[in-house]
Amino acid sequence: MGSGHGTELNLTLKVWRQKNTKATGSFETHQLTGISTDMSFLEMFDVLNEKLISEGKEAIAFDHDCREGICGMCSMYINGRPHGPKQGVTTCQLHMRSFKNGDTIVVEPWRSAAFPVIKDLAVDRGAFDRIIASGGYISVNTGNAQDANNILIPKTDADESFGAAACIGCGACVAACKNGSAMLFVSAKVSQLALLPQGQVERKERVKKMVEAMDAEGFGNCTNTGACEAECPKGISLENIARMNRELMGATFK
Amino acid sequence: MSKLDSKIPEGAIDQKWSKYRSTVHLVNPANKRSLEVLVVGSGLAGASAASSLAEMGYKVKVFCFQDSPRRAHSIAAQGGINAAKNYQNDGDSTYRLFYDTIKGGDYRAREANVHRLAEVSSNIIDQCVAQGVPLAREYGGLLSNRSFGGTQVQRTFYAAGQTGQQLLLGAYSALQRQVGMGAVELCARHEMLDVVTIDGVTRGIIARNLITGEMEKHFGHAVLLCTGGYGNVFYLSTNAMGSNVTAAWKAHKKGAFFGNPCYTQIHPTCIPVSGDHQSKLTLMSESLRNDGRIWVPKKKDDNRKPTDIPEEERDYYLERRYPAFGNLVPRDVASRGAKERCDAGYGVGNSKMAVYLDFAFNTARYGRTEATKRNIQNPSQEEIMRLGKEVVKEKYGNLFDMYQQITGENPYEVPMRIYPAVHYTMGGLWVDYNLMTTVKGLYALGEANFSDHGANRLGASALMQGLADGYFVIPYTLGVYLSEEVSRMSAEKDKADSIDKLKTKHPAFDAALKEQTDLINKFLNIKGTKSVESFHKRLGLIMWNKCGMARNKQGLTEAIAEIQALRKEFWSDVRVLGSADEFNPDLEKAGRVADFIELGELMCKDALHREESCGGHFREEHQTEDGEAKRDDVNFAYVAAWEYKGESNWELNKEELKYENIKIAQRSYK
Repeated sequence: MGSGHGTELNLTLKVWRQKNTKATGSFETHQLTGISTDMSFLEMFDVLNEKLISEGKEAIAFDHDCREGICGMCSMYINGRPHGPKQGVTTCQLHMRSFKNGDTIVVEPWRSAAFPVIKDLAVDRGAFDRIIASGGYISVNTGNAQDANNILIPKTDADESFGAAACIGCGACVAACKNGSAMLFVSAKVSQLALLPQGQVERKERVKKMVEAMDAEGFGNCTNTGACEAECPKGISLENIARMNRELMGATFK
Repeated sequence: MSKLDSKIPEGAIDQKWSKYRSTVHLVNPANKRSLEVLVVGSGLAGASAASSLAEMGYKVKVFCFQDSPRRAHSIAAQGGINAAKNYQNDGDSTYRLFYDTIKGGDYRAREANVHRLAEVSSNIIDQCVAQGVPLAREYGGLLSNRSFGGTQVQRTFYAAGQTGQQLLLGAYSALQRQVGMGAVELCARHEMLDVVTIDGVTRGIIARNLITGEMEKHFGHAVLLCTGGYGNVFYLSTNAMGSNVTAAWKAHKKGAFFGNPCYTQIHPTCIPVSGDHQSKLTLMSESLRNDGRIWVPKKKDDNRKPTDIPEEERDYYLERRYPAFGNLVPRDVASRGAKERCDAGYGVGNSKMAVYLDFAFNTARYGRTEATKRNIQNPSQEEIMRLGKEVVKEKYGNLFDMYQQITGENPYEVPMRIYPAVHYTMGGLWVDYNLMTTVKGLYALGEANFSDHGANRLGASALMQGLADGYFVIPYTLGVYLSEEVSRMSAEKDKADSIDKLKTKHPAFDAALKEQTDLINKFLNIKGTKSVESFHKRLGLIMWNKCGMARNKQGLTEAIAEIQALRKEFWSDVRVLGSADEFNPDLEKAGRVADFIELGELMCKDALHREESCGGHFREEHQTEDGEAKRDDVNFAYVAAWEYKGESNWELNKEELKYENIKIAQRSYK
């Protein structure tokens, strides 16, 4: 186990290729040999892209940046699951030891009306930024904030708030949902701030504005299937959605 | 006379900043509305600067190459952020944070900037908590602290192993609030390709829309480069894949001096390389050194499992060599310690290029404390370890998970294997006290500048500096320059072809746009045989082997020649496919690698000229008998600020470092 050299795999890859947002896409099949089980899934894509370039073919476009599961930029839909078969990891943290020799792997972009494909596997998640801009903050300008320890926060509340704040905004919840709902993403931010004393002043306005912005972006409705929670690489809980619904009720009906 | 004027205010060190910021020129609210500020980069420095300046009334545009400002690499910072709050009543103070940072930087940072950093550190924590950043708390509801390397107090604030994420999301929320209010225009998936200057003064930038490939001109009265560090020059580093030097490098070629390019931080605790396929390295936070003990076997080539090696046959080499700081010595010292043991043949794992970071001892200690707390009499060893693991999981759970995902090993059961990796660059664009580069109107904030960390950065100080620059320094110092701009604008208001009327219609913008468009076409037209990636890998190997943890004259001289040859080969044989008018990540990377190659040469030249060892810069020719870095304060107590003079040609400018408040001394952690 572990300390270095894994075994090697031969794989068949079916990858979605799409020239741009307007073009129609299709699957392209590639054979890969000698893929080390120590590689990450994206390193396997690096190998594939190097191979394509050497053959004079354009590399496959995909989003990625930190490659350690925290920036939220990577976004592949692998064998029908966002971020692939393993629970609790992003695509960049998925390693080839999760696959077997001879496997066929199907890779698609996030599919959602609110996330248009830019090219191949890269999609536009600007909708998430616009939802945050609608109210996902506490209105405090830079300046002379009071001493941090003047605000006492019970550890359990701080921990629960942190649990919601751990969302990386990758969009796997939307991709996993048959309705393309963004409820898990939005509710994580609503929860983080609703659980803290600093977030109380704008609590009602915030949830209303964010839900409104979410609807305007064309995300679907939540029908409680729980697929979002199951596929979330950061373990963001469905309880957040329940809390957001309560918050919204409280804000709408006084 | 030196071309460098650091503009450090007069007066006692603890009065400089407070006096300066209360006496600098201000810009009145009405004028702010007509002043445009371009912020490049959306990490801690960029997001905090952009939101703060927009709140003040400036018109702000933010550029980032990622799909959202929330992806900036500050997000990956794990361990914590320092602040001189002295909440733990353990003797901390502004002076002590100032002192630790200067000493940690091996006496190669500028006193006035570092003192200011220490002064505003407390405000940062207040600001972040007010924003709703969920920092770790104690049961009584107060904020929690932990220790980091190079200090003997507990001043580090944290949010599990995701401190950077939480602080960045706080700054991102503040930024998005301004975007929602229309005060900031957000340009995501945009890459800055050049600074536009007119008569030597910054007037804007050229950026490429990465989705459509369109080349854009943007006017600004000031440009803030918050574009992070250049660790990816080594190919393998803990930086994100997209992190690059292009914005800073293009600014350098437009006249911004580059300060101390050879000062790079090699972080001691990273997951070792597993094979040639490796695309990046992953850090294991320094906070782990609070509870992890570093060791190697006392016997060479000991192939036993670590758990089978008895206590008396282990060499806890940091505790042995540095009894006062033990496992919490600064990063440069810890990294060299690991390299020394591995080079001497005591390394572990298949590659033998790793050391152990072992949590068993402190897991047991926590377990015994928990047993006592829970009133469990005579707990078994298993019970103790089970309880201890719960505590360790609470503190470092996400890091342990990350380790297991990458290596396939369970660090709760076996010690981690770790090895140093490139993590941070202390060098960067030279800036004065106002954070302005040598180009008027062009600023550099956060990791992109050189100013606060000397030759070695202490842990949990990068987040502090990024946010200090953005929230609490630039909002004051930018006004010093923009108030002059207001006067100029008023003087030129009747001029038909004034800069303010022409804005991007000025011919300088068209010339810069054409230059960058030509460059992109040049990449596409080389039609060579080797991929961009392959050049990056080769550059990285040269840098790591000859300008990495240990450097010497011969290696550096060879490296310069090798890099020059690599550059020629790149420009004649690189293969970039696709076209300019589409989303083309390979084309983006070609530009970044071209700039890294040029930077690599300058780093080697800087390392070669600095005939001393200091902090992260270790010249093998300059060491003490017991292998510690040997500084030469008589000849090298200066900032090396390099001026670009054309291909492979730089002129050295020096800023003398004066230590008026801290006595410069041999750095000792023994």
